[in-house]
Amino acid sequence: MSTLLDISQVGMEFPTPSGPFTALRDINLKIRQGEFVSLIGHSGCGKSTVLNIVAGLHRATSGGVILNGREVTEPGPERAVVFQNHSLLPWLTAYENVELAVKQVFRKRMSRPEIREWIDHNLELVHMTHAAHKRPGEISGGMKQRVGIARALAMQPKVLLMDEPFGALDALTRAHMQDSLMEIQADLKNTVIMITHDVDEAVLLSDRIVMMTNGPAATIGEVLDIDLERPRHRLELAGDSHYNHYRARVLKFLHERHAKPGLDRSQRQPAPVADETVQGSARDTGKVVDAA
Amino acid sequence: MTSSTFNTGKIFNWRLQLTSRGQPLRLLNLLALPATGVLVFLLLWTVGARNIDTSLGKFPGPVAVWEQFGALYSEHQRSRDKEAAFYERQRERNARRLAEDPDYEAKIRDYTGKETFIDQIGTSLVTVMSGFLLAALIAIPLGIAIGLSPALNAACNPIIQVFKPVSPLAWLPLVTMVVSAVYATPDPIIAKSFINSMITVTLCCLWPMVINTAVGVASVDRDLLNVSKVLRLPALEHVRRIVLPASVPMIFTGMRLSLGVAWMVLIAAEMLAQNPGLGKFVWDEFQNGSSDSLARIMAAVVVIGFIGFLLDRSMLQLQRFFSWDKDTATH
Repeated sequence: MSTLLDISQVGMEFPTPSGPFTALRDINLKIRQGEFVSLIGHSGCGKSTVLNIVAGLHRATSGGVILNGREVTEPGPERAVVFQNHSLLPWLTAYENVELAVKQVFRKRMSRPEIREWIDHNLELVHMTHAAHKRPGEISGGMKQRVGIARALAMQPKVLLMDEPFGALDALTRAHMQDSLMEIQADLKNTVIMITHDVDEAVLLSDRIVMMTNGPAATIGEVLDIDLERPRHRLELAGDSHYNHYRARVLKFLHERHAKPGLDRSQRQPAPVADETVQGSARDTGKVVDAA
Repeated sequence: MTSSTFNTGKIFNWRLQLTSRGQPLRLLNLLALPATGVLVFLLLWTVGARNIDTSLGKFPGPVAVWEQFGALYSEHQRSRDKEAAFYERQRERNARRLAEDPDYEAKIRDYTGKETFIDQIGTSLVTVMSGFLLAALIAIPLGIAIGLSPALNAACNPIIQVFKPVSPLAWLPLVTMVVSAVYATPDPIIAKSFINSMITVTLCCLWPMVINTAVGVASVDRDLLNVSKVLRLPALEHVRRIVLPASVPMIFTGMRLSLGVAWMVLIAAEMLAQNPGLGKFVWDEFQNGSSDSLARIMAAVVVIGFIGFLLDRSMLQLQRFFSWDKDTATH
């Protein structure tokens, strides 16, 4: 399959009183149509910045992003974003939240009954039909995130961008959401970039895992192809040697080679790593193989 | 600027919860304790009033004030009867004249009796609502513009900060002179005193609404703004679908504060502008200086307080009805 999204030589500098701060440098990544790519790395490494640049919410200070042969210069519905904290409009029902997006994107192409059908279809996809007329304040965190995903899917994006979509959910709900996402993905074959902290989530869902080095001047440390049969089932995979090998690779990257400064190197706790301390200097980025 | 109102509410609520473990306690909290508070107040008032001698006699106690409520109401009834009788006589006279001369064009003359206390309450309410609505019409769009544009905010902020603390009494002479100069018709349909009071109210209750609307608009969740960007909502749609609804809770908070300010300012404005409302009632009774005057003023004070309370509650109900954020619409 051909390249759909081309992130080339992206760098990001933020001005600070003590001179420019380099958050990202030399990010190179080509993503194919229908691919599910995870970005993983310690908090503060600039994963979200990469996603925001692809979304068009941030402008890279060097390099650029090309989607389908066109440069990304501003946000747009063809790069729909699922935000970490759902960001549904709290005064609209689940249905109306999806409706706002659908009307904005398809107003000229769809008739009214078609719009209604399309909204219903997308809510059905995330199993939210029963709560379509509830407001975000009346439904659980997982349900809100489902609606957020339905809203993004309903825009029929070329690339679906997910910024730690399940980060705020409890472990059981998260597992449930991951299964739902895989189900939807098998169906729609969207191109997805997902940011995550969670090693298991990354291995379970992705075709490729992009591991990022620590900031400042974070870049892609390693890219891991996940060659596991789909559909994947978390219980079967738990004992699968390939699965565990991939998992170990990511853990090693995160906790040995790019251990977060301040964290004990021998500490091999499974992700998510939720340490929010300010980053120190970058470590041995030189040793890293740029696999992009 | 809004924290004080809400904090007191929260503390109050917290205390209620502390002691309300069962139904009887809740009933005690809801009815018995406020009733006790009122009774203690009435007692202190009675005792205190007995010990205050003024040039108009003793300071009125609760009983004297209660009697004046009755008196004010029966004055109102008498005045209404008189008015009805006046129109009845006029109608009969006109009918008679018309019977004598079919070409006679009947003139209807308005009743010119003195406004009663209840008429004055009505006038005050109409004046305060007019001033408040005029202020809202200016303040909310202005607040939205200021909230959307940091440049406009920087430009307007010094003016807002300086005019916000200005007392209505300082504005009133200026307003009076300007209104007299601009609105110079020999036979005005709307009384100048009404316009003076209304504009003074507007000038004073503009600011809380401008500030709260601007803060609400400027502090819309970044994620919601990003949603709008991803959807490429056009500017007007962005304001209508995202910014306005998101800032509705803050707009209502501003409106509630403003209405409170408006009602306070109104009484002072009416005193000086001689708008026939509650402020004028208080002033006239003060000038009148009869033995009942203090009791009548005290009755007006109680009414003013009650109406202020009811206005606030009505705004709260409106807020509850319109706002999606039910958390901010308590107390």
